[in-house]
Amino acid sequence: MTIAARPALAPSPDLLEEEHGPTGMLKWLTSTDHKVIGKSYTITSLVFFCMAGLMAMVMRTQLTSPDNTLVSQHLYNELFTMHGSLMLYLFAGPFAFGGLANFIVPLQVGAPDMAFPRLNALSYWLYLGGGMIMVSGFLTVGGAADFGWVAYAPLSSATNTPGAGPDMWIVALLLTGFSAIFTGVNIVATVFYLRAPGLTMFRLPIFTWNMLVTAILILIAFPVLASAMIMLWCDRHLGTHIFTVSGGGSPVLWQNLFWFFGHPEVYILALPFFGIVTDVLATFSRKPVFGYKGMVFATISIAALSTSVWAHHMYTTGTELLPFFSLMTYMIAVPTGVKFFNWIGTMWRGSLTFETPMLYAVGFLVVFLFGGVTGILLASPPIDFAVHDTYFVVAHFHEVLFGSAVFGGFAGLYFWYPKFTGRMTREGLGKASFWVMFVGFWVTFVPQYILGLHGMPRRIAEYGAATGWQSLNQVSTAGAYLLFASVAITLINFWVSWRRPVPAGDNPWDAHTLEWATSSPPPHHNFYWIPPIRSERPVWDYNHPEHATPNGHAVPSPVPAAVGSLAAPGSSDGGAGGSGHVGGGTAQ
Amino acid sequence: MPRRNLLPSAPTPTKRRSRRVASLGALALLVLVLGGCNVDFGATKGVTTQSHLEFRLWFWLMVAGIAVAVFVWALIFWAIFRYRKKDDKIPKQFHEHIGLEVAYTVIPLIMVLVIFGFTFVVENNIDNVLTPPQVIVNVTAYQWGWIFQYSKPGPDPHVNCTLAPKDCVTVETAPNAAPSALAQPYTSPIYPQLVLPVNETVRFFLRSRDVVHGFYVHAFNFSRYAQPPLTNAFEIHPTSTGVFPGQCTQYCGLYHSEMLFSVKVETPSQFQAWFSGQEKKLQTQASLQSLVSRS
Amino acid sequence: MKVEGTVLLVIGVFMGAVCAIYWFLSNETSGTMMLLGATLLGFVPGAYYLWWSRRMKPRPEDNPSASRADGAGVVAAFPSTSVWPFVLGVGAALVGLALVFGLWTAPIGFVLGFAALLGVIRESRRGGAV
Ligand code: HEM
Ligand SMILES: [Cu+2]
Repeated sequence: MTIAARPALAPSPDLLEEEHGPTGMLKWLTSTDHKVIGKSYTITSLVFFCMAGLMAMVMRTQLTSPDNTLVSQHLYNELFTMHGSLMLYLFAGPFAFGGLANFIVPLQVGAPDMAFPRLNALSYWLYLGGGMIMVSGFLTVGGAADFGWVAYAPLSSATNTPGAGPDMWIVALLLTGFSAIFTGVNIVATVFYLRAPGLTMFRLPIFTWNMLVTAILILIAFPVLASAMIMLWCDRHLGTHIFTVSGGGSPVLWQNLFWFFGHPEVYILALPFFGIVTDVLATFSRKPVFGYKGMVFATISIAALSTSVWAHHMYTTGTELLPFFSLMTYMIAVPTGVKFFNWIGTMWRGSLTFETPMLYAVGFLVVFLFGGVTGILLASPPIDFAVHDTYFVVAHFHEVLFGSAVFGGFAGLYFWYPKFTGRMTREGLGKASFWVMFVGFWVTFVPQYILGLHGMPRRIAEYGAATGWQSLNQVSTAGAYLLFASVAITLINFWVSWRRPVPAGDNPWDAHTLEWATSSPPPHHNFYWIPPIRSERPVWDYNHPEHATPNGHAVPSPVPAAVGSLAAPGSSDGGAGGSGHVGGGTAQ
Repeated sequence: MPRRNLLPSAPTPTKRRSRRVASLGALALLVLVLGGCNVDFGATKGVTTQSHLEFRLWFWLMVAGIAVAVFVWALIFWAIFRYRKKDDKIPKQFHEHIGLEVAYTVIPLIMVLVIFGFTFVVENNIDNVLTPPQVIVNVTAYQWGWIFQYSKPGPDPHVNCTLAPKDCVTVETAPNAAPSALAQPYTSPIYPQLVLPVNETVRFFLRSRDVVHGFYVHAFNFSRYAQPPLTNAFEIHPTSTGVFPGQCTQYCGLYHSEMLFSVKVETPSQFQAWFSGQEKKLQTQASLQSLVSRS
Repeated sequence: MKVEGTVLLVIGVFMGAVCAIYWFLSNETSGTMMLLGATLLGFVPGAYYLWWSRRMKPRPEDNPSASRADGAGVVAAFPSTSVWPFVLGVGAALVGLALVFGLWTAPIGFVLGFAALLGVIRESRRGGAV
């Protein structure tokens, strides 16, 4: 145990204790430092992302010609199941709340670590174990799970999909489910209890706000997933009939349970990335977030609404209350729209520069908008009847998921990479990766919309030549190869920055929030010093006292006293403005 | 306290009005052109009354969606190009504008409520199963194929086949041949054919024998799950003849890709002839069977 | 603590309203029960935090004009390194595998879990001043 203390005003020498822990492999196994765990999470989730991406390449290649036999139907079924499961359960979520949030949230609230460091480590080990179990389904005799990432009953029963692969999938989701729940608890506790003095809730950076709301959403959704998995396991092994027709069970119940988890889940996969994009846009526009409170309320409303729209995945079951779910789904468009206008407002009249993170963030805006608009179409039951389970839906959810998890995620990765490693990535490679991805994205997914409208169902391993779907599929596959190339460029970029480091300095982007007030990478227990906190942008206020964040409706007075005037009388805060510059520039 | 003006330049009122008129005009023109050229945004109008309703909703939602998307994209691109960094001056640090924020909450709210209203009406029309059906088709989905069983009132045309199936004549199509390694064209005889009369309302009862399947006919712009153990009912009113592909859309296991069928919409007399033919086949089969069992 | 409690409470109130409307319109039990769960998840901690926020010492992180000196000093004791989460994780994975391949890995998993429990308790004792 070490006692973490918070620095007062000047860097205090007794906080400069170095960690004398183990190194190397042993450090990785035993560390409870949120930064080490966050890095492990990030790297592991990117490995799963690459695996799932390779599976996607195989599937796309299979679909380039009619009646292709590159992979068997059985293998194709395994591939899309595992691709979807890896992307959603093992990449997008853990990357956001296990990787980036783990690293960044404690820094953004000025905490020495997560509230429960050992629980945090446990989360990671559960996640790693679960992920390895899920993937090793491929090594079993019957192959990996092949019932789709949604495992609809009764297809997921022991008679329809026997074998160890599906069971491993179930166990993996139980393990990663608990891992997510523990991370959720940790994030909530960290944000509620470990904030720095003066960092009120309405001064939290939007990324932290979004992670908090995501964590609450995890706590609502994941217990349902875990219990559904336990029930499914009981059906498969103990002879219960919860989801099987023969014993009087209800397959629709599975869909209700799954989507009660599943829809919040897709917002769990979106909100963190909204947060990243907000912070990145503000930083590279050199302005505060426009409509901060509106942004927070929009996040909370999206989360609340997202738990009451689950059956819009079930319009065609013929069992659901269509108008209710349709209306609720439409309502989500409103806070999402508010976010869009806030993002535009943040850029408006700013001074924009387009470093790689900013490119990815703007790319997110452009692509997510399109995915959102097609979401509005799908929210309408009659239109959903027409395109449900076709490639239209595949294109829609890739636009939003890829838009958020990859465009938003890479914005975050490029943005915080200097903080993670203390090194800069190469701008040229970063920009190249963005443009290849941006082009590849449209080339991949626009043809899929059209294919869906031409009636191509999803999850088919082959199609006849007479369908006329070949040429659009070929275009889509070409786009997918571009996406592959783009990710490869990013990986090369990281490799180059690792081999030939360019030191980043504390605050290479002139960014706004607390994580940039400490060194890159931050020391054990994070801070030797923190700036006074008078707004949601303490580091900016400190570096640009004459342009400090306006508080409330008051127009900021141009003198640095604006900061001090709010401080408690007699406190030594506030006057500090202008005395120095945190980080600043790329140290050479 | 000076109010910060967010607009790059405030146009004079007359300029503003003429601009507004111009943009309204452009919008009207666009809609006319789109409608006139039979723009379908990639979708099909389909061949049933229900599919036409769906298509109309699709068309207008697409118009609205494109308008919104273009508007927001324009704002994004404007911001990107107009507000690029030009010098080292730090921009004004404004961060809110309550009026604007309320406006862009309330206007989208109204828009989605209107869209929901339209959706609601169309959905009720499509889901409506109240008209007395002329033909009843029981669809049974199974791994991996379809069985179409028809009920038509027998001698008494007023019999309700749902309530009194015994007084109805039923015929059944042959199930799918065992899945082949490759998908054949949907008209191949290995897939069953659903035959329907044009301009008559057909009531479907959709069931599954095992897992969830998706009954989907592209030309109907319609799909519905065969959701065990439920029976899903819906109505289709074909308006033109032809042969159309149908396929299972809800993933149902190993040979999901091959769960095809075709739909043939015929004139009522052709349909009647086909139906009688099936009936005869059924009778000869039955008599053959009774012969076999007697001997 | 007020804002934290209020956020949770607002979520709870919203979920409660949705739960009531949903039950009234559909009479469907599973969805209603899950919405009820979500309602409680908002209400229970939200109400607790609000109740507690009146009783607790005002915290510098809730005070918009708190100075850095107000929050200086010991935050908490944090474990520096610990092998037990890893042990517990391996144990949990083994118990999980037992659900797939038969029970023989379960005892090992439980032993590891128990060891981790003891280990963590000892560690916390030794750490002392929390
Ligand atoms: C790298 C680019 C990607 C490509 C080329 C790609 C391609 C594909 C393909 C070909 C399918 C199977 C479609 C079908 O047969 O129905 C699929 C399914 C899916 N993908 Fe992706 N994908 C990519 C990235 C992603 C990402 C980033 C995510 C999520 C974060 C994702 C989530 C999914 C999901 C959930 C499914 C559905 C699986 C199922 O049907 O059970 N994909 N993708
Ligand atoms: Cu099927």
